[in-house]
Amino acid sequence: MSNSQPESNLMPESMVEVRNVTKVYERGRQQIEVLHGLTFAIPRGDFVALMGPSGSGKTTLLNLIGGLDQPTSGEITVGGRRIDRLSSGQLANWRAQNVGFVFQFYNLMPVLTAEGNVELPLLLTRLSGAQRRRNVAVALEIVGLADRAKHKPKELSGGQEQRVAIARALVSDPQLLVCDEPTGDLDRKTADEILGLLQVLNREHGKTIVIVTHDPKAAEFARRTLHLEKGQLLEQAA
Amino acid sequence: MLKQALAITGISIRSIPERWAPSLVIVVGLAGVVAVFTALLAMASGFESTLKATGRSDAALILRGGSDAELNSAFDRASTDLIKEEPGIASGADGRPLASAELMVIAELLRRDALNNGANITLRGVEPAAFALRPQLRIVAGRNFTPGLRELIAGRGVVQQFRGAAVGDTVRMRGSEWKVVGTFASGDAHDSEMWTDLNVARSTFGRMGSSSVLAQLDGPDGFERLKSAVAAEPRLSVDVLREQDYFSGQTRQFRKTIGFLAGVVTVIMALGAVFAALNSMYAAVAARGKEIATLRALGFGAVPVVTSVMSEALLLALAGGVAGAVIAFLLFNNVSVSTLGQSFTQVVFSFKVTPQLVVRGLIIALIIGMIGGLMPALRAARLPVTVSLREQ
Amino acid sequence: MTRSGFVIANLFRRRTRTVLTLLSVIMAFLLFGLLQSVNTIFNAGADFVGATRLFVQARVSFTSPLPISMLPRLESIPGVARVAYQTWFGGVWQENTPLIMFSLDPQRYRDVYPEWVMPESQWQDFIRTRTGMIAGKQLADQYGWKVGQKIPINSNIYPQKNGSKAWIFDLVGIFDGKDDEWKKRTNLAFIQQDYFDEANQFGVKGRENFFILKLSDSNQAAQVARTVDAMFENSPDETKTQTEKDFNISFVRQIGDIGLIVRWILFAVFFTLLLVVGNTMAQSVRERIPELAVLKTLGFSDGSVLGFVLAESFVLCLGGGLIGLLLASIAGAMVAKGTGGRFQLTVDYRVWLLGIAAIVLMSLAVGLLPGLRARRLKIVDALAGR
Repeated sequence: MSNSQPESNLMPESMVEVRNVTKVYERGRQQIEVLHGLTFAIPRGDFVALMGPSGSGKTTLLNLIGGLDQPTSGEITVGGRRIDRLSSGQLANWRAQNVGFVFQFYNLMPVLTAEGNVELPLLLTRLSGAQRRRNVAVALEIVGLADRAKHKPKELSGGQEQRVAIARALVSDPQLLVCDEPTGDLDRKTADEILGLLQVLNREHGKTIVIVTHDPKAAEFARRTLHLEKGQLLEQAA
Repeated sequence: MLKQALAITGISIRSIPERWAPSLVIVVGLAGVVAVFTALLAMASGFESTLKATGRSDAALILRGGSDAELNSAFDRASTDLIKEEPGIASGADGRPLASAELMVIAELLRRDALNNGANITLRGVEPAAFALRPQLRIVAGRNFTPGLRELIAGRGVVQQFRGAAVGDTVRMRGSEWKVVGTFASGDAHDSEMWTDLNVARSTFGRMGSSSVLAQLDGPDGFERLKSAVAAEPRLSVDVLREQDYFSGQTRQFRKTIGFLAGVVTVIMALGAVFAALNSMYAAVAARGKEIATLRALGFGAVPVVTSVMSEALLLALAGGVAGAVIAFLLFNNVSVSTLGQSFTQVVFSFKVTPQLVVRGLIIALIIGMIGGLMPALRAARLPVTVSLREQ
Repeated sequence: MTRSGFVIANLFRRRTRTVLTLLSVIMAFLLFGLLQSVNTIFNAGADFVGATRLFVQARVSFTSPLPISMLPRLESIPGVARVAYQTWFGGVWQENTPLIMFSLDPQRYRDVYPEWVMPESQWQDFIRTRTGMIAGKQLADQYGWKVGQKIPINSNIYPQKNGSKAWIFDLVGIFDGKDDEWKKRTNLAFIQQDYFDEANQFGVKGRENFFILKLSDSNQAAQVARTVDAMFENSPDETKTQTEKDFNISFVRQIGDIGLIVRWILFAVFFTLLLVVGNTMAQSVRERIPELAVLKTLGFSDGSVLGFVLAESFVLCLGGGLIGLLLASIAGAMVAKGTGGRFQLTVDYRVWLLGIAAIVLMSLAVGLLPGLRARRLKIVDALAGR
């Protein structure tokens, strides 16, 4: 459905609502406006691929949606909550409960095993050790790495590391999954496996997923593709 | 080979400023070890040289048999008269034997730096011949004491470290008052003493005899002649020592203690410095990993690589060692302190940072640098080239 | 895994670096423990001694003896419960080992020093046997002396009447201390003064280095001391009277300002250590900027990231510090044993307390700056490699 007009107020099916968002960076004495008055929405359960040339601002937009950064002006609502004016402490709490991240370079802790890495976000909860371990086992099961639980990142292949990262993103059961170039460093076959896994998470587990990607094949796995060019949005239906 | 080594060493040394933090660790660590080592041994060396400077080899000190210190020795008058007449003793200008009977007693003075800190000072009662026997002793302020009066002259070290010993001050001892009329300097352990007339000391302290007899030896065989004459005399039970030997013997205890302390402290600090140096050098090798691997891929041999790492370690260690020696010198050299001597009286001395001490400190620094550089250097040389190129 | 597990896992990120840093910390605290206990020996003032006894010595120096004729006058002073006396004997064991040895009146000494513990029969033997000698347990153990043996002691001051420097005593008793502190001081030996007066060649008789006054009320210490000194002022035997504790302190002070030397050395050591560990922590944090950013993305607050860094530096310093202090305790005990109690190098609770304080301060000093840097870092910049 092509619809670049926002709903006037919170549509219950909207996971993410971006309204008139501008982001300005300061590089030295220069002010660079990366996003210009962006407005759009991502419904619940959507799987969006955000694509565009370098410098288009897609990673910036992803960071804003994921609560890693705040817009210079405009409103961002995720899961019914305004996140553009939260303090950094509140944002941290919000992130822990509501969003999971997957990065291009897996950013796992090299000193922890796969299951240790997946358990990390659960240290922020009140779950007991036993409960945490159960959740970790489930997450690893979902990504298909239950047999590699005790391996350290350096003992895993690229694709396996990325799966661990996905399991970590899932383990707190967030509504939203945000991925920045998740297949950027993988070969074609492994990339497809990862994209396939994301598709499963979206279709069978109902996760809303937004990925920033250069991979044209990603468009095939996603439901929708959004094109960002010079901070402006051009949409294309999936 | 040499050119390769020099080239790589040059590169590695020029890159030290980028890695200034770990390099600083080595320099500071070694400066600390060398500074502490040098300072402690400068104390021992200063104490030893003060005592060694005391006494001549052509003068003999006669003590009662079995005493190991002047303070423990005592003669009665008859014995001292007998000793003075023995062969082997030179004659003075007046034709009489050039020998001085001397009485050692203890006085108490307060340290300059503390309010309630009393310390024991040697008071030496002397005969006029004592001055002739110690030509290096000069009066540098005021005048000499007058025989028969309760007057004192104080050594320069005493005036420096303690209160109440300056010209014009009064010292109370044994219920009587003594006037300080002069300051003397003799450049040795006597600077830690106060002197007065022998007879006045005797009467005040209720002593009849003396502690020791100092005598000028007559000719190169004077010592032997005196020694055998005295041994053959049944009425005397005495020990004869060259004055110099007596004083150097007095340093034994202090030297042992300080030597032990300096040894333990230095060893532990040195170990700590070795670990710190190893840490820094491993970091240095890791930081330069790619560079080293590239060099080796280009054809530089293992030895030049090892040499460059070792040279870096040694250079930094040497810099630290020099810094430490300079710090010790600036802070401590010629600083005057005093401590308890063998007779439970104070000996005033100064820290002496000697060239030998500095050299020893630098050698220690180099050894530490060598140990700190060796294993990292070997590791750098042995790492397979491909691994190093990949390492971040 | 837990937060602490995570902290410890991170410490071993680069194992060699952590181990070497740990070893440096251990060395520093080993030295700290040893030097501080040396300092304690010299400057603690022997608090356990208390103020129940006064030492009377000649004002100029304790090496100058006082006459026994002073005894009745001292006994007459109100507040004085009992008077004992002792004189330095200057004994030497086997050629060149000096002993701490005094001649005294056994009964009087026993009355004034209830802290020594010895079987009644041995006390009686000491009182009765003219040539008798008693020795402290540490001393006896070190040289293998047993009750009933004849012990030859040389004196470097007093020969016997026959001219010989060698004295022979009958060891009739071995005494111990009533508690740990007093047990540590059993490195003394005592002989009968009557025998000594009779047998020494110089006819030295009734000359005391110390009179020891036992007070009936320790609160009167200052007062009694003043009375004694006033009594003998302006006489040829002017006295200096002070509590036993003050006497110990003033003796040590004569050796020099040991505290100052120790402080200088420890300053150099800890300054260097700060640099070493600080550098390690700084490097470790610098390498982990992306990981710390990821922690923040997961929802860990800025403060908790600071906490992780501080915890890491604390574990490092604590581990090294505790091991170092432990090694110091062991080394100290070995030295104490090896020198027959002469060098009581005990790393006691005071040193441990100071050590722990040093550990805490050090962890803060080395962890704070890197920790604050970790706290400050912006996720977006860090992940982008800026």
